[in-house]
Amino acid sequence: MLIPISWLKDYVDIPADMPVELLAERLTLAGLEVGKINYIGVPQNHVPGVTVPPSDHLVWDRQKIVLGKIVEVKSHPNADRLVIAVVDYGGAALEECVTGAPNLFQYKDTGPLATPLWSPFAMEGAELWDGHSDEPKRMILKGRPLRGIYNKAMVCSEKELGLSDDHEGIMLLEEELVAGHAPGTPLQDVLGDVVLDIELTPNLARAWSVVGVAREIAALLDLELRLPPTEVLMSGPPIAGRVGITITNPELNPRFTLTLIEGVTIRPSPQWMQLRLRKAGMRPINNIVDITNYVMLETGQPLHAFDWDIIQRRAAESGANIPTIITRLPEPGESLTLLDGSVHQLDAHNLLVADTAGALSLAGIMGGLESEVQPDSRNILLEAANWNFINIRRTMQSRKITSEAGQRFSRGVHPAQAEVGLRRATELMRVLGGGTVASGIVDNYPLRPEPVVVDLPVSEVRRITGMDFTATEIAAILRRLQFGVEEHADGLRVTVPDHRLDIGTGVIGQADLIEEITRIYGYDRIPDTVMDDLLPPQRGNVALQREEWARDLLVGAGLNEVINYRLTTPEREALLTPPGAASSLPAVGYVTLANPISQDKTVMRHTLLAGLLEVAARNLRHTDRLRLFEIGSIYLPVSGQALPAEPRRLGLLLAGPRDVASWDLPAREGLHDFFDLKGVVETLLEGLHVRRVAFAPTTHGTFFPGRTAELTVNGRSAGVLGEAHPKVLRAFDLPEGLPVMLAELDLDAILDYADEMHVVQPVPTQPAVYQDLALVVNREVPAAEVEAVIRAAGGELLEDVRLFDVYTGDPIPVGQKSLAYALTFRAPDRTLTEGPVNKLRQKIVKAAQQKLGAKLRE
Amino acid sequence: MTMLDRLETLYQQASAELAQIASSEALADWERRVIGRKGEVTLLLRQTGQLPPEERAAFGKRANEIKALLSEAFARREEEIREQELARSMEEGQVDVTLPGRKVARGRLHPATQTLREVYAIWAEMGFQVYRSRDVETDEVNFGLLNMPPYHPARDMWDTFYTTEPGVILRTHTSPGQIHAMREYGENGTKPIRVILPGMCYRYEQITARSEVQFHQVEGLAIGRGIRMTDLKGTLTEFARRMYGAERRLRFRASHFPFTEPSAEVDVDCILCGGAGCNVCKYSGWLEIAGCGMVHPVVLRNGGYDPTVWSGFAFGMGPERITMLKHGIRDIRYFWGNDLRFLNQF
Ligand SMILES: [Zn+2]
Repeated sequence: MLIPISWLKDYVDIPADMPVELLAERLTLAGLEVGKINYIGVPQNHVPGVTVPPSDHLVWDRQKIVLGKIVEVKSHPNADRLVIAVVDYGGAALEECVTGAPNLFQYKDTGPLATPLWSPFAMEGAELWDGHSDEPKRMILKGRPLRGIYNKAMVCSEKELGLSDDHEGIMLLEEELVAGHAPGTPLQDVLGDVVLDIELTPNLARAWSVVGVAREIAALLDLELRLPPTEVLMSGPPIAGRVGITITNPELNPRFTLTLIEGVTIRPSPQWMQLRLRKAGMRPINNIVDITNYVMLETGQPLHAFDWDIIQRRAAESGANIPTIITRLPEPGESLTLLDGSVHQLDAHNLLVADTAGALSLAGIMGGLESEVQPDSRNILLEAANWNFINIRRTMQSRKITSEAGQRFSRGVHPAQAEVGLRRATELMRVLGGGTVASGIVDNYPLRPEPVVVDLPVSEVRRITGMDFTATEIAAILRRLQFGVEEHADGLRVTVPDHRLDIGTGVIGQADLIEEITRIYGYDRIPDTVMDDLLPPQRGNVALQREEWARDLLVGAGLNEVINYRLTTPEREALLTPPGAASSLPAVGYVTLANPISQDKTVMRHTLLAGLLEVAARNLRHTDRLRLFEIGSIYLPVSGQALPAEPRRLGLLLAGPRDVASWDLPAREGLHDFFDLKGVVETLLEGLHVRRVAFAPTTHGTFFPGRTAELTVNGRSAGVLGEAHPKVLRAFDLPEGLPVMLAELDLDAILDYADEMHVVQPVPTQPAVYQDLALVVNREVPAAEVEAVIRAAGGELLEDVRLFDVYTGDPIPVGQKSLAYALTFRAPDRTLTEGPVNKLRQKIVKAAQQKLGAKLRE
Repeated sequence: MTMLDRLETLYQQASAELAQIASSEALADWERRVIGRKGEVTLLLRQTGQLPPEERAAFGKRANEIKALLSEAFARREEEIREQELARSMEEGQVDVTLPGRKVARGRLHPATQTLREVYAIWAEMGFQVYRSRDVETDEVNFGLLNMPPYHPARDMWDTFYTTEPGVILRTHTSPGQIHAMREYGENGTKPIRVILPGMCYRYEQITARSEVQFHQVEGLAIGRGIRMTDLKGTLTEFARRMYGAERRLRFRASHFPFTEPSAEVDVDCILCGGAGCNVCKYSGWLEIAGCGMVHPVVLRNGGYDPTVWSGFAFGMGPERITMLKHGIRDIRYFWGNDLRFLNQF
């Protein structure tokens, strides 16, 4: 929202010594965030303690750019396309400026002007924008001869002053703009201005106007607020009986008002109005349309002007005695063409302003094409109405249109404002359009809001703020915002003014008022305290603590944490299954976005694996070694429930050299393989003191057959780990021939068994006996089984079993392998001797022979 | 030559030879040859029995004397040579200490996790514990119970991802956790609460250097019978000074969130320019670090509390934004880009 300071000053006397930057800061702190300050001709102030972005706008030199009065326009002796403007600029003598401005030619050689022309006047040395340059370019005005006449000053175009791109002629100022100013007045004092660009939060709908902002300033600075005049000279015949209003749904249309202005002349608006509209970001059209916009910007009440003759004609054609405005929901299949030319098939909730002949406009949002004010309209039927903000909002969303009016109505305008806006606009149309106003207002007001009254105990203000406000202080602040306040022994009775809809009743209304009190009082004046409230029961978050524990263990294992988008596409996850293979990913539907913002983020993921492979592919363009993990949710719809399950997963990815290269140690040939990955998983499980862990061969579409294991913890499946299938790697654009180790584990299935209280074994005091044992078994026998047999046979005295070599080849028979173990025997209470150890060893060998068909390798 | 002469000659020669020895190998050789078990001195001693009996005592005495002298000399020489060799090895064994150290392949936490942990730790000391809730949420909890009925204008503040399941959205903020926490921990509005609610949030926004579709948020909630706005200011000020530095200045700016009232934005003076204005703070001198406010009575009521008796405050902040401010990161896309050249800087 763009708010010119000059316009604000119509309604509040901002102290002359208050820099606009300070005002902007006060507004910002009070919740009206000034996003930008636009300067027009005037310099930026530097206020201690207030930082504002430096502005490089053109500052009009107070001595060299002034108000000029053109008293005569003479022809140029040597050039037909130039004239000489004779200018009174407040100096001792008149100055003659050569100019090619076409808008002066009509005055050429007409002698001294009966009505002088006012124009911005720049003298030698003044800095201006270059009017002839296509690119924004500044210049310093220099004296020079123009076709034989020395010229050291000029009358300026809007472009040269930085007011617009208009360089068609010089800027001529209308009387109303220069009233009270003598020639030579610094132009800053005539046209200089500052425009505040204010961002409003939705609760500040009441401040979405010049008056609304002025009201906030008045409250903040404790100044008097003036309101726009509401008197209208109504000298025409009564409007009553000439037009009717039928409201079919007061909930959607609490109020509808009309005036009639007859005999207006459509013409451009006066310059002061055009300038204000432009500063506020609107394009001037003609006086009638401009007035509706001007009054909306000023009061916050949108208005709509109909061509009364068209309305009358439609009534006559539809056989009505007098025109009747009807607000109603659309008929099935009804459509409407709006003034922007768009055609709308209306939804059932799209409220219409209609007459007996059909729809006229989309209520509160945009007028229809047919009844729009035309350049030759003579009589204006002016509407100021009020609409249910939720329905306006639904309609703008369903019809995908927006407008200044619709935006204001959709945030809520108080019905009382309809008459305020109507009166202000009607009087302006009379004055600026030259018409006669029919006497009276047609006002259909079926849903007049009850006045909102809130009882506010002082104790409540103190309870919430923690500050010792007195009733008098509170009342003073609220009155500054135009609340009605009665003071009682037990508190305040507050009546909400009729420009705001944001104050509730009861405890909600109290909170609404407390916000207003603290906001105007100033948050910066509220002291800091330490909570002295009862400390609530303290609850640890075991799931989070264990998750962070897992993260620390993985980082300790040299893995980097990544965090991926949880949004993906089914197509990307489908790449995890080679064509023709069966998918091993969750066989449920996806949580699917109804309004995806991009084609690569349409559903919530089922797996962490796709994201990890994508990260790997991107990073392998510049690095060769990856050790990654991610912890995060996947999203699995549950049948019969609206919300999905969100189980947490741990994803792992290892690829590239196992070791980091250094200057005397080239990266070894060893690439990460299955056992590196398994080692990471084992390290994690050991670190979490998870017991009863098993790895078993499994198959999974994403993984290399025969290099894939399922992890189980306490018999519960806890995920899969292995080498990624080469076809999957190709699908994810990973380099040929580089094995990638992947795992996706069910974090909850692991963390459920993490043990923060595991029992620690005493450090042994007895010496151990070490023995090596090599067993030859068939190749298919899993190592885990061999170890289990050894441990079972070894019993309690067998402290540790460590596999240190796996060997195939001569002299081991084909189809067999040799597994070599280092065995540690120890008794906790005595020194073991060779005798019992040898017996145990024989027992182990025998058990291995019987259960696995193993032979001792001598 | 008598045996005694031979003994004396041996003593002279061995002493002279010992003085010339320069290496520990030669020294060991000398020891073996001269005073070892089969060394010359020992051999001579063993021949004592060949001497006439009257010479034996004198010879034996002298031989033992010489053996002791040579052993002493040997020990001295051994010490000297060890010193020399150590000095030589130090001379030869110098390394170029400017060569790079061997890389340790350490792992790292994602910077968002690091910041989350920092946030958890500060709030934990003030009695706030972590409560997590779901990413896929109902419209009812994300908006409705937070005082935003359907079509409420404030809903425009969040660009929302809707799912194909009616009434189900991706949470736009962690505030729905307030409702879950109050209902779970409040025991029907009878118990005070202090929690922080971290989690991933989602917004329907184009991904740019400044905005993401997915980001972490940490919400905080304190409910009690005597929680005041002054507490909100004091508590958040304490947090900001811990997070951004003890010298920081704070500013509370009036703002609007439908679930708090009064509401405020919290700014900290710009870390980069100290408030003088720079392009990170958009020349305002201030950086926005949190939104906050007193819990709205409707939200208290929806959480099971009587708003005439209970009060509370809530706040929300973004760990990625905190990380960006602290480390001068200009592009939020780095966070989920997972480029190791970024991640390895933490
Ligand atoms: Zn800065």
